Amino acid sequence: MASRLWASKAASYLKISTFNRGFASVVKDLKYADSHEWAKIDGKTATIGITDHAQDHLGDVVYVELPEVGTAVTQGNGFGAVESVKATSDINSPVSGKVVQVNEELSSSPGLVNGSPYENGWIIKVEMSNTDEVKSLMDSDQYSKFCEEEDNH
Amino acid sequence: MESTINCRENGSLFDVSHMCGLSLKGKDCVSFLEKLVVADVAGLAPGTGSLTVFTNEKGGAIDDSVITKVTDDHIYLVVNAGCRDKDLAHIEEHMKAFKAKGGDVSWHIYDERSLLALQGPLAGSTLQYLTKEDLSKLYFGEFRIIDINGAKCFLTRTGYTGEDGFEISVPSENAVDLAKAILEKSEGKVRLTGLGARDSLRLEAGLCLYGNDMEQHITPVEAGLTWAIGKRRRAEGGFLGAEVILKQIADGPAIRRVGLFSSGPPARSHSEIQNENGENIGEVTSGGFSPCLKKNIGMGYVKSGLHKPGTKLKIVIRGKTYEGSVTKMPFVATKYYKPT
Repeated sequence: MASRLWASKAASYLKISTFNRGFASVVKDLKYADSHEWAKIDGKTATIGITDHAQDHLGDVVYVELPEVGTAVTQGNGFGAVESVKATSDINSPVSGKVVQVNEELSSSPGLVNGSPYENGWIIKVEMSNTDEVKSLMDSDQYSKFCEEEDNH
Repeated sequence: MESTINCRENGSLFDVSHMCGLSLKGKDCVSFLEKLVVADVAGLAPGTGSLTVFTNEKGGAIDDSVITKVTDDHIYLVVNAGCRDKDLAHIEEHMKAFKAKGGDVSWHIYDERSLLALQGPLAGSTLQYLTKEDLSKLYFGEFRIIDINGAKCFLTRTGYTGEDGFEISVPSENAVDLAKAILEKSEGKVRLTGLGARDSLRLEAGLCLYGNDMEQHITPVEAGLTWAIGKRRRAEGGFLGAEVILKQIADGPAIRRVGLFSSGPPARSHSEIQNENGENIGEVTSGGFSPCLKKNIGMGYVKSGLHKPGTKLKIVIRGKTYEGSVTKMPFVATKYYKPT
């Protein structure tokens, strides 16, 4: 489960200033890419989604462009897109391999990406072709720090 | 998304000080401005205004602008921030030539003022707390120079959201106080709103964004703004590019701005529009997800003949085609405050 360091929604309800968005939640055992995707590694399978920090910056997600099952993905390259009211953002794959499942729920409920970025808002599952690639990804502490630094620029 | 909806349900306050307000003064300011814009400026009653278009020699749009005739020798106008340099250079060049022939016109650019836009159903009642002027008698498109919250303001009942509302030019030293007072008098219902929501709102209202939906090579006729070309101006011409524009009014333009609904991801500007056979017929110029309608809306240009509401078309987004259709604008009904 997500260990919420700071729940931005609760904060805005309480009218607490949340100008430093670096406090978005991270999940301990996930791996993170610098383009703000997460990967949950289970043997040779990686479940992929976008982070809380990413969804918070994008705002209300209105459409998720999903790849087809069987599509090849490569680390650092785009496989789909997230459209919010504000912007369009490519989603990059944190690992290389083949798409084995896509979250069809997102077609009818794209808002899951905002409401549950690490659980119900997952985007694809990939069968990895090179599990060594995981080593190049950040852990939750590194990623939190990365977000903080990026927001301070 | 919530910001957009709050504007339509309650109200929004936007800081639009990046836009450039200026006055043209002098006994010939009306005839001067009529050389540059398509509006019937002479026909405007003092204290009223209109949306208009600055045109170039080819009939293309240099900018769109809201102009107000304050008095017969004073015009107040607001031009787009992104067009400021180009517009001012254009006006200045023509002003020099006009003055050289003995015309009486001069200008003042309001760099010492800020511009706030107060929009939404609570705009009128909220602002009424801050002025003695009876705002129920100030209708859409009308203008007054009045005291608001202790400062001399230029107040225009206009906006860029489709809602009732005002644009308030206020001396910059009073702007923060005025903004605070507006938020306070609305009891927090009117919220400070960003330009992202402003873009969704204007798109829902079917209003053009210069640089997207209107450009140098697009005429007001193609942009669907023929209504802004005064009757007298159509008969007499006398503005830059009049030959091209009047011919287009007579013969019909080759392309037209239309509203679009589409499936799939929201179409953004520069997405290709195809007919049902997959042939190119135009391009999307603005698009997004409508927070109020909860579906994709957009505007773009298509070939004449394919511009009728209900026409089926396809929109290409990242290499995939999605179904769409031409629809009437505005997408969300406008609520301008007009005499009943």
